[in-house]
Amino acid sequence: MIWVNAIVQGLLLGGLYALFACGLSLMFGVMRIVNLAHGDMAVLAAFLVYSIIITTPIGVLGATLIVLPLFAVFGYLVQTGILSPALRTGPLSTLLATFGLSIVIQNALQQGYSADTRALDVGSLVSASLHITGQLSVAYLSLITFGLAIVVLVALQLFLSRTGTGRIMRATADDPEAATLSGANPRHVYGIATAIAFATVALAGLMFAMQSSFSPSIGPTRLIFAFEAVVIGGLGSLWGTLVGGMVLGLAQTIGAQVDPAFTLLAGHLIFLAVLAFRPQGLIAARRTA
Amino acid sequence: MIAVTDVPSGFAVRRGGRTSAWAALGSTAVVAVLAYLPYAVTTSVTGTIVTFLELLAMASMWNLLAGYAGLVSVGQQAYVGLGAYAVLQLSDWGVPPYLGVFLAGLVCAVIALPTSLLAFRLRGDYFAVGTWVIAEVYHLVMTRDAALGGGSGRALTTLSDLDPVVRQAFTYWVALAVCVLSVLGCYLLLRGRLGLALTAVRDNEVAASGAGVSVGWAKRVVYLVAAAGCGAAGGVILVSQLNVAPDSIFSVQYTAYMIFIVVVGGIGTLEGPILGAVVFIVIQQLFAGAGVWYLILLGGLAVIVAIRLPHGIWGTFSRRFGLRLFNVGYTVRGPRSPDPG
Amino acid sequence: MNLLVVDQLTVRHGQLTAVNAVSLDVADGTTLAVIGANGAGKTTLLRAIAGTIMPAGGTVTYDGQNVTRVPAHRLAANGIRLVPEGRRLFPSLTVEENLLAGAYRRNVNSVIELFPWIGQRRRQSARSLSGGEQQAVAIGRALMGNPRLLLLDEISLGLSPVAVQGLYAALPDIRAAGTTVLLVEQDVSQALRVADRVLCLLEGRPVLTGSPAELTPEAIETAYFGLTRRAS
Repeated sequence: MIWVNAIVQGLLLGGLYALFACGLSLMFGVMRIVNLAHGDMAVLAAFLVYSIIITTPIGVLGATLIVLPLFAVFGYLVQTGILSPALRTGPLSTLLATFGLSIVIQNALQQGYSADTRALDVGSLVSASLHITGQLSVAYLSLITFGLAIVVLVALQLFLSRTGTGRIMRATADDPEAATLSGANPRHVYGIATAIAFATVALAGLMFAMQSSFSPSIGPTRLIFAFEAVVIGGLGSLWGTLVGGMVLGLAQTIGAQVDPAFTLLAGHLIFLAVLAFRPQGLIAARRTA
Repeated sequence: MIAVTDVPSGFAVRRGGRTSAWAALGSTAVVAVLAYLPYAVTTSVTGTIVTFLELLAMASMWNLLAGYAGLVSVGQQAYVGLGAYAVLQLSDWGVPPYLGVFLAGLVCAVIALPTSLLAFRLRGDYFAVGTWVIAEVYHLVMTRDAALGGGSGRALTTLSDLDPVVRQAFTYWVALAVCVLSVLGCYLLLRGRLGLALTAVRDNEVAASGAGVSVGWAKRVVYLVAAAGCGAAGGVILVSQLNVAPDSIFSVQYTAYMIFIVVVGGIGTLEGPILGAVVFIVIQQLFAGAGVWYLILLGGLAVIVAIRLPHGIWGTFSRRFGLRLFNVGYTVRGPRSPDPG
Repeated sequence: MNLLVVDQLTVRHGQLTAVNAVSLDVADGTTLAVIGANGAGKTTLLRAIAGTIMPAGGTVTYDGQNVTRVPAHRLAANGIRLVPEGRRLFPSLTVEENLLAGAYRRNVNSVIELFPWIGQRRRQSARSLSGGEQQAVAIGRALMGNPRLLLLDEISLGLSPVAVQGLYAALPDIRAAGTTVLLVEQDVSQALRVADRVLCLLEGRPVLTGSPAELTPEAIETAYFGLTRRAS
């Protein structure tokens, strides 16, 4: 029965990983940028909400509603101010710029908050679970996170396929120059994509922070999980990110059952296995990335 | 068929000129002076220089990967760590650590071969994060090796019967040897066929492949050499610190330093990493007391340089004045064109 | 009234001067064809006018405004639309989505009137179309932006004569709507059939200009190939 529990936890964990990964996938799909500061953004969001909660009477929900739009704007500004100039400079520049950003954020957080771990207090919601059977119970937070992941992915899918802006974004991803000939301002399109990416990763960071403790230095590990979820699922596929997240989550929880020290390694090994035997990912994309 | 020697009169195809001859002379002199230093200065000075030499060796390797082969790796710390642990393991088996440093380079090259088979399945930026994941895997694997200290690491004890001053001198010379070998190795590698192949690949991979350049082979050789260099540097770190812990030796901070040094100094040039390492050490010595602010400064500088100064300090300077100290290419000199160096 | 006036435009490609002090003007509602051999600078000229490349010198005046350094997406929003060389449809979008990308209207009926076959195939992936069909959709995509100035870059390239006929058959309707057309064409006879005026480029320089009626085949041939005839 503990194995069933592990499987369910792993699948639900996939929802969190999908939330982390969809922004990364979007940025790469539209702009060919891998944001090395992706995970650090999530941590930054968590710390911001933490500060708001302890210094003002605003609760977690209110703080979330403030921080998410803030991050969207922040993403737009980072794109137009740093990433677009870097894109014009050369292929290496975006990697280096986001790496620099990652170092700045991690160390600024450490300077501001010290290296100690924190947690976001959501009261009794942390340990509240749904008891399905006598031995199988699922934390409400995990369910909510998974639900949010589905909502976000559906919203993204609809945005890309049904709206004018989404269409322009896909067109720009296909051929940026031809898109300008149709009137699309690439900087603006990229800005929106980054805004979406930052908002979703901020949400991921908050959901994570509600369930586990966090510290300034955990950003890179979140990036790696997001990245692994994208690659396992398949580059260029939004739903593949969910599948990839679930496979990764499953690998980690089952690995943890075998030996708690094996948790991370199990995930990495699955990633390497996919890389070795099915590098295009589990869900092959409609087009090449 | 036109051979390279069939050049119209008045023109010459040269490897180097006066400037590079002077540069070669100058470099030899510098290395000789550095070698003499343990007799002349205190161990705190040689200690700082050892750090400089470690960083320069690693940065040259990262430059070789990213600047010449187009392989941007954010996971070179894997080989830094593996190199350090190799020296530790070898010393457990009776191999003197100073010899072990060089063997560690070889060990890392061997490990890099199967690793490259996996890593090369990813391209571009995804390759970068992939190398990071691989580094994490090696990190986690070494954490589980109880004999080598597990999660908390271990000390290197076989050098403890040496007089500390003597030990620091030997460490210094080994560090100097590793650094000189790394930089010289890059220079010789790039002057040969591999260098030509890499330039072709850097310009246009598909065209190069069509012209018969074995793109995969060229990149793999570079990857192995870079692993060896970083591994040897890792060995030097162990020998200089006398202990190793997985969390620090496999830290991505090493790659951060490599990237900073290469980007600020000038990517894709041999002189760049040298200049970058000097800048880095100077900043480190000046600001080390400021805590994390100095890291924030480094990160911010990296962002600015990435956007504004993509060729780094040396690169920008070299392009402006057409100056090259260590020439790995060919230059055509016409009857009226100036000496390119 | 001249909708487009290009004055001494110079565009560089690295060290090569692709367009060398080219001047031309296109009267509102007319069609100018730019002809010339491969490498004559025709595509570069069009891209510079459309705002995709920035010229090194000279000016482009559109509707009385100096638009020399205005980027492509702003020009596209202001009535200049380029149908680029090689079609360049968005492969992951359907035919209809290609048309709607960057359009001001939500319906594609005007394009379907021009190319009726699109009506049945609007949901098809753009990737699966033939060359001629892609070119039609590319033209339609530009037209969706209600351009006053339509720039067509080598629409006959790589297509069968039948496909080319089909495309040029749509041109009269486009002109009837008042659109000014500047087209680049390697097929000289096709260009002569549809243009009000012709400009011939050779190695980036203008060498011949006039209406099809004024120009003799020999004059065009000389200009096109840059031949100089010895006096007989």
